[in-house]
Amino acid sequence: MSRRQKVALAVLMLPALAVVVAFYAVPAVMTAAMSFTDMDFRLRWNFVGFATFLRMAEDFLLPGILQNTIVYTFATLALFNVGLAVLLALATTFVPDRIGRVFQALWLLPRFTPPIVYGIIWMWILDPTGAGLLNSLVVAAGGRPVNWITDYPMAVIVLTNGIIGASFGMVIFYSAIKSIPRDYSWAALADGATWLQQVRYVTLPLIRWPLLFVTAYQTLSLLTSYEYILIITGGGPYFASTVWSLYAYNLAFGGYFANYEFGYGAALSIVLVVLGTVASIVYWRVFRFRDMMAEPKIEVM
Amino acid sequence: MARIRLEGLTKAFGPVVAVNDVNLSIEDGELLALLGPSGCGKSTILLMLAGIYRPTRGDIYFDDQRVNDVPPKGRGVGLVFQSYALYPHMTVFDNIAFPLRLRRAKREEIERRVREVARTAQIEELLARKPSQLSGGQQQRVALCRALVKEPELLLLDEPLSNLDARLRIETRTEIKRLQRELGITTILVTHDQIEALTMADRIAVMRSGVIEQLSKPQELYERPANLFVASFIGDPPMNLVRMEFRNDGGMPRLETAGLTIQLPPSARPQLERAEGREVVLGVRPEDLRFRTEPAPGLPVAQVFMLEPLGRDTLVDMRAGQQSIRALVPGSSEAKIGDTVYLQLEVEKLHVFDGVTGVRLDLGAGEQPALRVEAKGGA
Ligand SMILES: Nc1ncnc2c1ncn2[C@@H]1O[C@H](COP(=O)(O)OP(=O)(O)OP(=O)(O)O)[C@@H](O)[C@H]1O
Ligand SMILES: [Mg+2]
Repeated sequence: MSRRQKVALAVLMLPALAVVVAFYAVPAVMTAAMSFTDMDFRLRWNFVGFATFLRMAEDFLLPGILQNTIVYTFATLALFNVGLAVLLALATTFVPDRIGRVFQALWLLPRFTPPIVYGIIWMWILDPTGAGLLNSLVVAAGGRPVNWITDYPMAVIVLTNGIIGASFGMVIFYSAIKSIPRDYSWAALADGATWLQQVRYVTLPLIRWPLLFVTAYQTLSLLTSYEYILIITGGGPYFASTVWSLYAYNLAFGGYFANYEFGYGAALSIVLVVLGTVASIVYWRVFRFRDMMAEPKIEVM
Repeated sequence: MARIRLEGLTKAFGPVVAVNDVNLSIEDGELLALLGPSGCGKSTILLMLAGIYRPTRGDIYFDDQRVNDVPPKGRGVGLVFQSYALYPHMTVFDNIAFPLRLRRAKREEIERRVREVARTAQIEELLARKPSQLSGGQQQRVALCRALVKEPELLLLDEPLSNLDARLRIETRTEIKRLQRELGITTILVTHDQIEALTMADRIAVMRSGVIEQLSKPQELYERPANLFVASFIGDPPMNLVRMEFRNDGGMPRLETAGLTIQLPPSARPQLERAEGREVVLGVRPEDLRFRTEPAPGLPVAQVFMLEPLGRDTLVDMRAGQQSIRALVPGSSEAKIGDTVYLQLEVEKLHVFDGVTGVRLDLGAGEQPALRVEAKGGA
């Protein structure tokens, strides 16, 4: 490549680079810097060293919040974003194509719904009075209305996030399963496998890459997302369903806690970034992510 | 081992009838080839035999037991796919062991049987590898081992050789045939390669569009094709086919077309009577067609148009009247391009088919082998 071409390429890349720097690099660096200040609603850059991080060690709420975060992330992941997604993908490949597509489209609907609408639908479903969908069923069955959100806050946030989160894996696993040549399932059948054995020994190993991709991707996305929790339980009652990212949000911008603790909030976010990085490295190592990156996405000879 | 019987076997995919009313029985220990062009329903028959597809109509019997409703795992069928379909995430050992593991065979038994079958197929040293680390021929052997390890009643091979290069194909052909003989296992081989079918099979079923066109021994298929389709499908280079008219006036049975008349023995008359005044198709295999360069009165005339040396033989392209005819002669041809040659036909080597139905018409050649051929007009 000549010098001219290199210069030309560099110039062509400038706009994209500018966007990345302006909207990603600068805020990231600012957040990192902010975590070493005690910035509050006055927005003063008053550097206090590691004070915000030391405060975390003393924050009596954090252990519970960390536990919530771990339970929320991995329960949603295991039960819904990967577990249910695999089941849905298998089910929709098993039925005739058209029915499978319609079913998937329905399941994808919440994705196209504004989060606030999705949240409100769930609040109606889980309404503590007999007017709620779930409670009307309970009442019809002769029971008494249950206050779902206050009694089972963690289950509620796992369920509400899982229902919407499963569609991502469902779509990816579905296309991965569909692209496995029919010969493999036929070979398994001829070898004497039942349907379950076929799934266990042939289908799942063949979609290993998509499985791990979805696991890693959804871990990060669950660690940092809190919008449905904010809308449906608000992190409560008290802090019973508050996760790390929501806590950071509430410290900085939150309504009821409104103390605009930008410095502490930024420090919490930085820790979250570290947590996400650690999780990625663990996946990378444990699942030999690098090996898989080099292989074709779906293993076919 | 098993005898296999198919009765009125039919499979339709929506409006597409892939297999249409197939009747077939296969003897214990026999190797039967299903031969036919792409899309004629060969694989569909195999998949029905393996229990993967359900027949739309008709029945499948293994040793007089109807197996239509028996699931694949209950049939004792070993299946080798054209793609081999080796599980890429398992080692060769695990691939071969898979059918045994599914049956919950004992560890030592699995170990013993996998090694045994691997030794027979000479792939023992490959057991620790992954399929992606094998050549096509090695993968093919592994697939064969996986099918054989459970000692199936019936072995189904779907184009097992088509991914191999020419030399390996010949070796593997012999190999499979040897294994099949040794084990005495009833086998169905699907192929679109006639050489494969002719060299390996005890009997061949030639298929077209879901229908069996002819079922017979390899030699008979070549010598007495039952219809036009089989005649043109079997043989390489393909049989010369010339549309002619059968005439019988004046007690002289003969075939005529522009520039070419072939007089037939009187014995041909009763067989061809129905075809009188109708079109028939005359077939001569290139290797059965001889010619001479010295003028011979009474023989059809042709012009040499092109010579294609094939090494051992030479393919001579000729024009007789408006017909293009090819002859395969041993060695190099004495005729040169542009030469006039005189065709010599032997009645036993002629095939005549109904011009409409394509069904073979007998010439009754046995009674009167002599054939007088007369050239009229010339080219
Ligand atoms: N699952 C299916 N759905 C619809 N049509 C099918 C299906 N499987 C096969 N067919 C059709 O049935 C016919 C026979 O197919 P089959 O695979 O048996 O052919 P084949 O003889 O094995 O061909 P090839 O030599 O190309 O493998 C084809 O016309 C094919 O398009
Ligand atoms: Mg096929």
